[in-house]
Amino acid sequence: MKLKNLLIAAIRSLAKNKMRTFLTMLGIIIGVASVIAMIAIGQGSKKSIQDQISTLGTNVLMIWPQASNTGGVRMEAGTSQKMTIDDVNIIIDRCPSVAAITPQVRTSGQLVAGNLNWRTSVFGVYPTYFDIRNLKLESGSVFTMNDDRSASKVCVIGQTVVTNLFGANADPIGNFIRINKIPFKIIGITETKGQNAYGQDQDDMVIAPFSTVQKRMLAITYIQSMLASAQTEALIPVASQEITEVLKAKHHLGPSEDPDFTIRTQTDIAQMATSTSAIMTILLATIASISLLVGGIGIMNIMLVSVTERTREIGIRMSVGARGSDVLLQFLIEALMISLLGGVIGIVLGIVISQLIATVLNWPVNITMNSILMSFLFSSAIGIFFGWYPARKAARLNPIDALRYE
Amino acid sequence: MAGEDVNMSQAIISVKNLVKVYTMGDVEVHALRGVSVDIRKGDFAAIMGRSGSGKSTFMNIIGCLDVPTRGKYMLDGVDISMLSKDQLANLRNLKIGFVFQSFNLLSRTSALENVELPLMYNRKISSKEMRNRSMKAMESVGLANRADHMPNQLSGGEQQRVAIARSLVNDPVVILADEPTGNLDTRTSIEVMDIFQRLNEQGISIVIVTHEADIAAFTKRNITFRDGKIIREVEIDKPRNAREELIQMPVAIEEDEL
Repeated sequence: MKLKNLLIAAIRSLAKNKMRTFLTMLGIIIGVASVIAMIAIGQGSKKSIQDQISTLGTNVLMIWPQASNTGGVRMEAGTSQKMTIDDVNIIIDRCPSVAAITPQVRTSGQLVAGNLNWRTSVFGVYPTYFDIRNLKLESGSVFTMNDDRSASKVCVIGQTVVTNLFGANADPIGNFIRINKIPFKIIGITETKGQNAYGQDQDDMVIAPFSTVQKRMLAITYIQSMLASAQTEALIPVASQEITEVLKAKHHLGPSEDPDFTIRTQTDIAQMATSTSAIMTILLATIASISLLVGGIGIMNIMLVSVTERTREIGIRMSVGARGSDVLLQFLIEALMISLLGGVIGIVLGIVISQLIATVLNWPVNITMNSILMSFLFSSAIGIFFGWYPARKAARLNPIDALRYE
Repeated sequence: MAGEDVNMSQAIISVKNLVKVYTMGDVEVHALRGVSVDIRKGDFAAIMGRSGSGKSTFMNIIGCLDVPTRGKYMLDGVDISMLSKDQLANLRNLKIGFVFQSFNLLSRTSALENVELPLMYNRKISSKEMRNRSMKAMESVGLANRADHMPNQLSGGEQQRVAIARSLVNDPVVILADEPTGNLDTRTSIEVMDIFQRLNEQGISIVIVTHEADIAAFTKRNITFRDGKIIREVEIDKPRNAREELIQMPVAIEEDEL
């Protein structure tokens, strides 16, 4: 039988039972639509977590000194005073995979402007900090290395600080604020970044030149931590390795000895966070796949009933010259048409549902080409798999018995 | 011998010592016990006999729906005992047209689409030719105006005529009709026999199975089966003429229907 005629025969018999065809299809439609919507929700939340993490800067390495140990009493991590500005310089010299690096000191300060005051963190960093953290300015400019060398009393402040000291939408560039009674000139305001993945307000801070904070405010000789960026995201492990070797050599530690510092990268954090949502995606997709499977069993069920009900028709077809393979193909094509058409409708419905969830519930969704392709292939596989058994049963009928069937 | 050979070549169905044994558990049922018969081109034969006489088994075998246990069957010069299932299906498609007692039309499928059915399994026919040939077959049974009707919108006689059109459409060497008038009243039966007689006049060979002697009387040749054997073969010198009988009938039947 020609393929065209087979298709015609399949379409005719599906059209004869429109309601049944539709209900059979419904199982596949719901299955495919839920797979697509579920994966879209899962991928959406994964992406939003990734986006949040990337606000910290994607290829960032944080280098902390190890906990100090004074006469056997171990202090908290980062309290060691062994890390100095020399460590920063040697990394700049010897680590080619490191794109930029800044020392970091931090203190908290009482800010006063006019009759308002506010307490927040004050960071002392190099100007490279802005590149590493992917921090952009709303207005004004960043301080320079000259400001650092002269320990200038200038600062860049976040939006939260602006709002609390000058009111919303104010432009305080050029104004002075007093931080722990030292007057600082405001030269820049950072762009709003919002909360980070841990709920910290990233706009509530003051950034000043490293030397200014280290010498004028903290009066210390060591640095608290370093922040570096790798040339590319892929080079993070290499950069981490280089820094470890250079610092260990500088701190006179043998290759077998434990380093007296810790390097943490964004990838560690990102992996942890995304693996959580990946598990959720798998969970959602599994549940949705089960409904797709149930839809497939529905097809098999209906096709089996259909073969029994149409025994006489099969007998008639065989008596006018249909071969076993013609009958097999016809039933298989019917099953495949149900699953493919159901699959296509399901994909459209899944996309519509995802968009609805995005607009009505304001959830992040991300429809991937993969999920569409996967559910399309899956639903056609279901058609063939669950259509095969009933189709074979039909093809193996004996024409004489089939014609006599009441 | 030479004369016999000529006869043989004209025989479209040639059966020699046909034996069919069904095994049902431990019991062997001998449905056919050595049947030999020739059906020639242009023949119009009736196979008669009671139920259980083996006539249905015989029809199934010559219709290529079943294969004999022993014996030889040549259909249009082809020995079918050597053929596979698919080859048998092909033969049914190209050389045989079936008409059944219960019409066996596809439900919820228009008359024309029912007639098209055998052509759908013929790879060599285009869809345009399929339409043309089906319409021609519908015309030859006088139902061209009912082509779009569903079987349940047609009377029994009309349904059987659609079935006859379906059996014709592939231009078979023989039409096999199994009790074609079994579900029809007298007048409709004669109408159906009229169509068969007209088709036979055009040279189409027809074999019908019937247990009614008055239906068999419309054919040219009666073959009677009993216990799996042919017990009698009669040539009918003057068959009943369905066309003439129909001209005389209508008034009486219409009164009956009132």
